[in-house]
Amino acid sequence: MKSLQEYKDKKKKEKIVILSLQILLFISFFLIWELLSRFNIINSFLFSSPSKVISLFYSYLVDQSIFPHIKTSTIEALLSLIISSFSGIIIATILYMSKYVKRIIDPYLTILNAIPKSALGIIFIIWFGTSLKGIIAVSISFSIIITIISTLNYFNNVDEDLIKMMKILGANKIQILFKIVYPSNLNNLLSIIKVNVGLSWVGVIVGEFIASRNGIGYLILYGGQVFKMDLVMMGIIFLSLIALLMYETINLLQLIIIKRLNYEN
Amino acid sequence: MDSLIKLDNVNKSFFSSLGETKVLKNISFDVNNEEIVCILGPSGCGKSTILNILSSLEDITKGEIKINCKLGYMFQKDNLLSWKNVKDNILFGLKITKKNTLDNQRYALSLANKYGLNDFLNYYPKSLSGGMKQRVSLIRTLSLKPDLLLLDEPFSALDAQTRLSLQDDIYTIIKEEKKSVLMITHDIYESISISDRIIVLSNRPSQIKKEIRLPFKNIKPNQRRKMEEFHQFYKEIFDLLANE
Repeated sequence: MKSLQEYKDKKKKEKIVILSLQILLFISFFLIWELLSRFNIINSFLFSSPSKVISLFYSYLVDQSIFPHIKTSTIEALLSLIISSFSGIIIATILYMSKYVKRIIDPYLTILNAIPKSALGIIFIIWFGTSLKGIIAVSISFSIIITIISTLNYFNNVDEDLIKMMKILGANKIQILFKIVYPSNLNNLLSIIKVNVGLSWVGVIVGEFIASRNGIGYLILYGGQVFKMDLVMMGIIFLSLIALLMYETINLLQLIIIKRLNYEN
Repeated sequence: MDSLIKLDNVNKSFFSSLGETKVLKNISFDVNNEEIVCILGPSGCGKSTILNILSSLEDITKGEIKINCKLGYMFQKDNLLSWKNVKDNILFGLKITKKNTLDNQRYALSLANKYGLNDFLNYYPKSLSGGMKQRVSLIRTLSLKPDLLLLDEPFSALDAQTRLSLQDDIYTIIKEEKKSVLMITHDIYESISISDRIIVLSNRPSQIKKEIRLPFKNIKPNQRRKMEEFHQFYKEIFDLLANE
């Protein structure tokens, strides 16, 4: 490396190459898919094809019937993300503040975490119905326990010396929580919320699979039942796009907050 | 004149399901005004327990403690909050102890100014050197106006070069602010460099092996290290600990 300019140029070049390869991969995936099904190398009835998906999407767009499905699922995912993240963090806080309660609850948390959540889904649908409430309940069950466990884990790993310092200064538990535990874990909490984006969507789709009248999960399930693979593929593509958008939004939010507040790491 | 703190036959045991572990055995000493006292002992001998007891984080099992002054505590690590700048870190102690008056703030910032932190008030800890961070940490402790500083191996997390220069810095600050110090360390050099009196502890359960009065009143650590007596004391203490 001879100069800073050269270094910057090299980094820039690297970035461009990686981005173009990513785009190339994207295009070639869909191109190969299209060609394989066009020339009947794969069965286009089972594998669908990008052009079929696009024309199906176009028809859904024209009669505007796609929007209610997207809207329903997005609202469900967003609400369950917000509810499970916040209540998970609050419950973790309570368990952190009271070691006694934590010791009592601990085995139950482990059990709840070990249960495959889809097994619980049917119960929530019966209790809360196949509407928004039921789906959100299913989705929350997917992310809340792991939110509690990982938040608690982060809280318990706060630098012992900082807590000792607070105790020596005569700080009470609430002060320790708000001045040390929360701020030093801001980045970790945002990362947990980021992971919850994926989990919320898993929960929403599973909930809609069990019972629902609309939503992207409903579209996918319906498409599968009537062997309309174009519909299944379209649903999955939409699902990926929306989940990615949500994830990136929170990612951006995290970057801004961390930079604003000058956090380390 | 009364001593600032006085320990009288202090015993401390820890209890676990495995039984009782005796940590301190019949520890008696005091610290006088404007005196720097060093507790020197092997790792794990219970030195930190003495500081924990004095800052009432732990109870004693037997004995008596008298504290006649305000205590301040400085850690091995700087313990600065990475999400606050130097200024807010310095004022943090005042905020937590609810003494964040304008007068106290002014006093804290005047200390920062006096000891060369003025240009760094808006910096965040990550952009400061190790020695600088430790200095911020000391100013934060001093801003609470303690009479006696409890120093918990304040130099051991630093590299050799920084350690030597910071010892001079901190010695100067402590003398200038007329503070007293009780410092714990396992480093023989460090203890002779900085203190007026050294209390040598044995292995667990710790007893006081010897109290050594040093004749270096008001001589800075860097100058002490060049003196002949320094090495005599080093040999004496080394032999004392080697017999353990």
